[in-house]
Amino acid sequence: MIPAAFDYVRAGSAEEAISLIGEHGEDAKFIAGGHSLLPLMKLRLAQPSVLVDIGRLSDLSYIRDAGDHIAIGAMTRHMDIEKSPVLAEHVPLLAHAAGHVGDPQVRHRGTIGGSIAHSDAASDLPATTLALGATYVAQGPNGTREIAAADFFQGFLTTALAADEMLTEIRVPKMNGAGWSFQKFNRRAQDWAIVGVAAWRRNGESGVGLVNMGSVPILATSVSSALASGASIADAAEQAAAEADPQNDLNASPEYRVHLAKVLVRRALEEASK
Amino acid sequence: MTITESAASTVLGKRRLRKEDPALLTGEAKFTSDLNIPGALHLAVLRSPYAHARILSVDVSAALAVPGVVAAYSGADLAPLWAGPMPCAWPVTDDMKNPTHYPLAVSKAAYVGDGVACVVATSDTAAHDALDAIDVEYEPLPAVIDLEDALSDRVVIHDELGTNRSYTWDLKCEGEDGQVDRAFADAAYTVSEHYVHQRLIPMAMEPRAVAAVPQPFGGDITLYSSTQVPHILKVMTALTLGIPEHQMRVVAPAVGGGFGAKLNVYAEELLCTALARKHKLPVRWTEERTENTQATIHGRAQRQHIELAADADGKLTAVRVRLLADMGAYLQLVTPGIPLLGAFLYGGVYDLPVAYDFSCTSVFTTMTPTDAYRGAGRPEATYAIERAMDALADTMGIDPLELRRRNFIRKDQFPYTAMTGLVYDSGDHDAAATKAAELADYDGLRARQATQNVDGATKRLGVGVCSYFEMCGLAPSRVLASLNYSAGGWEAATVRVLPTNKIQVVTGTAPHGQGHETAWSMIVAEKMGVDPDDVDVLHSDTAIAPLGLDTYGSRSLPVGGVAIAMACDKVIDKAKKIAAHQLEANEDDLEFAGGNFTVKGTPDKAMPLAAIAFEAFTAHNLPDGLEPNLEAQVTYDPPNFSWPFGTHICVVEVDTETGEVDVLKYVAVDDCGNQVNPLIVEGQVHGGVIQGLAQALFEEAVFDEDGNPKTSTLAEYLVPAASDVPPITLGHTITPSPTNPLGVKGIGEAGTIGAAPAVINAIVDALSGLGVTDMPMPASPQTVWTTIQSASTAAQGASK
Ligand SMILES: Cc1cc2nc3c(=O)[nH]c(=O)nc-3n(C[C@H](O)[C@H](O)[C@H](O)COP(=O)(O)OP(=O)(O)OC[C@H]3O[C@@H](n4cnc5c(N)ncnc54)[C@H](O)[C@@H]3O)c2cc1C
Repeated sequence: MIPAAFDYVRAGSAEEAISLIGEHGEDAKFIAGGHSLLPLMKLRLAQPSVLVDIGRLSDLSYIRDAGDHIAIGAMTRHMDIEKSPVLAEHVPLLAHAAGHVGDPQVRHRGTIGGSIAHSDAASDLPATTLALGATYVAQGPNGTREIAAADFFQGFLTTALAADEMLTEIRVPKMNGAGWSFQKFNRRAQDWAIVGVAAWRRNGESGVGLVNMGSVPILATSVSSALASGASIADAAEQAAAEADPQNDLNASPEYRVHLAKVLVRRALEEASK
Repeated sequence: MTITESAASTVLGKRRLRKEDPALLTGEAKFTSDLNIPGALHLAVLRSPYAHARILSVDVSAALAVPGVVAAYSGADLAPLWAGPMPCAWPVTDDMKNPTHYPLAVSKAAYVGDGVACVVATSDTAAHDALDAIDVEYEPLPAVIDLEDALSDRVVIHDELGTNRSYTWDLKCEGEDGQVDRAFADAAYTVSEHYVHQRLIPMAMEPRAVAAVPQPFGGDITLYSSTQVPHILKVMTALTLGIPEHQMRVVAPAVGGGFGAKLNVYAEELLCTALARKHKLPVRWTEERTENTQATIHGRAQRQHIELAADADGKLTAVRVRLLADMGAYLQLVTPGIPLLGAFLYGGVYDLPVAYDFSCTSVFTTMTPTDAYRGAGRPEATYAIERAMDALADTMGIDPLELRRRNFIRKDQFPYTAMTGLVYDSGDHDAAATKAAELADYDGLRARQATQNVDGATKRLGVGVCSYFEMCGLAPSRVLASLNYSAGGWEAATVRVLPTNKIQVVTGTAPHGQGHETAWSMIVAEKMGVDPDDVDVLHSDTAIAPLGLDTYGSRSLPVGGVAIAMACDKVIDKAKKIAAHQLEANEDDLEFAGGNFTVKGTPDKAMPLAAIAFEAFTAHNLPDGLEPNLEAQVTYDPPNFSWPFGTHICVVEVDTETGEVDVLKYVAVDDCGNQVNPLIVEGQVHGGVIQGLAQALFEEAVFDEDGNPKTSTLAEYLVPAASDVPPITLGHTITPSPTNPLGVKGIGEAGTIGAAPAVINAIVDALSGLGVTDMPMPASPQTVWTTIQSASTAAQGASK
């Protein structure tokens, strides 16, 4: 429970953070809210030699109406997302999901950028933003680029971000009145989901994201295509795990996870269709 | 005297906020790790990553080179420091096998977490960094994690024992020879049930912490430890390290929970003390959470086979129990005795003929040692009989509460000599069950269930009942002797009236969250007619309270609290002599009430205790031959156990699609006799119920087949949090104990004892329409779902 020794630098701007990371190379890491990184360091599962603290970059903490989408700064805390009136109006699914992350302490420290960059398949916001068709903005030494959520998650804790790139903004399309549901199935209220489902539905369109159903957050495209081609909710929900590759752990076997995903997707679609 | 008789009770039985809490809530209270000890060295322990491995070599040289490191030792290096092995105080049978066990393993590691080497350094971080530099060569050996496998001796863990079996302990009680077998042969109904108590991690909020502070010039040493048993620890540390007992002082500062896990003598306590003496500097250690899950004892870990025989009306005629208990890798302080504490309770609250056949076999495995965990043996026993009663009711097709009522020991049968020969001093099970049924709306629930649990229903309602008896207040010393326990069961108390009429109480109990300071003050206040805030309770320091047997087994009030009340009586007797002398009255004509002595019939002739206290102090005018000062000491050895009881009812709704269990309602009716402070009683029951519910639904220490612990953080070991706790409705009946003058019984473990069977009975009840007859603990959603799946597969197979 005591991390290995490391150096610490606090960045004053995104540019400085990126150049510090470039300077220190491979073993340097950004630290935002620290709520994913520090637990790993305490167990000595991560031993970065330098931490570049981006926690005080308050200009990266915002939620703005940008016309067809809402722009969220990477340093925005879960609690601010949960409580945001702008999101409540335009992307209620995301605000609601953020309210289910961990416990109040976690929500006050953890950031949406950290959650997505960490890309834990068991986390709520990667799958939720994926279901919503978000775009992520990355800034590197040579400027910024946009990455579609669908292209971002590449493998277990691996993303499209380069080592010297920083996630700066999350752009989430407005939901325009879509029905939605967030189903988080866990044993204790503050836990990660055993299986989670973030779903929205509007006319023929839908998006279904799965939490903890593989090594990456999953977009359940088969469910959406089944719905688009007129399948009933019950039949579409049977496709819930078509893209998934669930793992075994203390809480659930792969079979049980597949079963849960089907039940929860059905319930989510029923709720989203009300 | 009982409190119910004294209608004038002004303090006892009233809700009162705990005087301990302001310091705890503001952070002012000092726990062991908060103590500022200049110059202290820090200990860190290197633990075996293997469940079972021979230690071929230990090389600490690289650790010595880490900056800040003062010394590093292997188990062999420290062997000369031990005057004896780690103590086990409960050799339950004469032929019990007990592997020799030292604070650091020397030739073999027998569980993941077993200490194999250690470092002392000037900082905690340096000590931890240096652990990585120690080079241990292991020869891994096969792990033994299954109890049957352990029993087979396929792999023998302790070579010198030649077997994994520690002991077999039998208790056969028959009115006539062969009565048990005949009862089963003649029974109208029998049930034969197998239950498993998973391993549990006690998980006190405060992990263990130790600081040993030597006086380099005096030879004395003070051991601060987060322990439940400073007195026992003092004796055992002195013996194990060969320290003259009078030079050894143990202090338990604020202690953040124990639940039985701190009723022990641990390697780190001995290591810090031995190394502090060796280095002539303080040595301290604070357990990390992951260490806490591995190197602090575990609880439960038993497999049970219980059989009941009953006549055509469902009246029980015999009980047979076979237990297989997991000792873990070694015997800790009272490890072997835990199953015995349950052995006397497998008959539950029922009127049984003398027809009982109990046998327990205990085995070693390559996992963390087990030992006392809240309830210790009694939750296991209650679970078995209360689950089996539901199975019997199901077999007979009658309501489980009705079956219980047919079998309850009736109120008029007390004092009741049980089949085991123990005497239950008091009880009224029907009253407790009736009250619980009313609070739960039992009949209404059964009606609702009939309409809700129809074919195809995916939200099914279940109601579970558990009626329990608890044997606590451990115990008359002679009974403990008959069980081969190495200590007595008495408790000591001193009550001292200071010159200004403030009162000091010295107790041998060692609170670690129970609120003794409040409760003991209330007892003294009631007795002496002072305000509870004018009473100071001194405890948990062997220099201040030299004699005591500490806090465990719900013993503190029915033994320690009673000792205090008796010491008050002694002080009052002495004060009365002084009052009689000064008032020139006959002692027999004096009455004491509200802190005042008055002469019967002459109310203006009076003398308050405050005046007597000062007279006793100045000693200017005392009766001839009377010693100055007002002080009395009592050591009380209880004549019987304390027998709290009650009925708990749990109501659940099970989602059969996901396996999720929603506890809708939990009713606990507990009878702990007279209550000193109902607020504390409620707190104890709340905590206890949640801990039992945690066993039923959440917690399990999981090991893989190689003996690796898989639940070594709080992310994996699921301790329920506030938001996971159902609404709890409390009720009480009050049946004063005739065993002690306060009429009190223990309440620390009751909730835990009642909860697990009530919850599991409710889940099985909810699913009985689906063919489910049992539910393993913890009833996680996955376990519930798979149990439903296999029951319905079995049902389909049967109907084909
Ligand atoms: C007890 C507990 C319970 C939790 N429960 C949940 C839960 O139920 N659901 C859930 O979704 N999450 C949960 N979390 C995780 C929490 O949401 C984390 O805060 C979040 O996942 C990571 O955000 P952070 O700001 O803390 O990131 P950090 O821990 O600071 O960083 C995480 C990783 O991302 C990198 N990083 C951070 N920010 C950036 C950036 N802007 N650009 C590039 N890389 C970056 C870091 O280098 C690091 O590798 C829980 C955490 C805890 C401690």
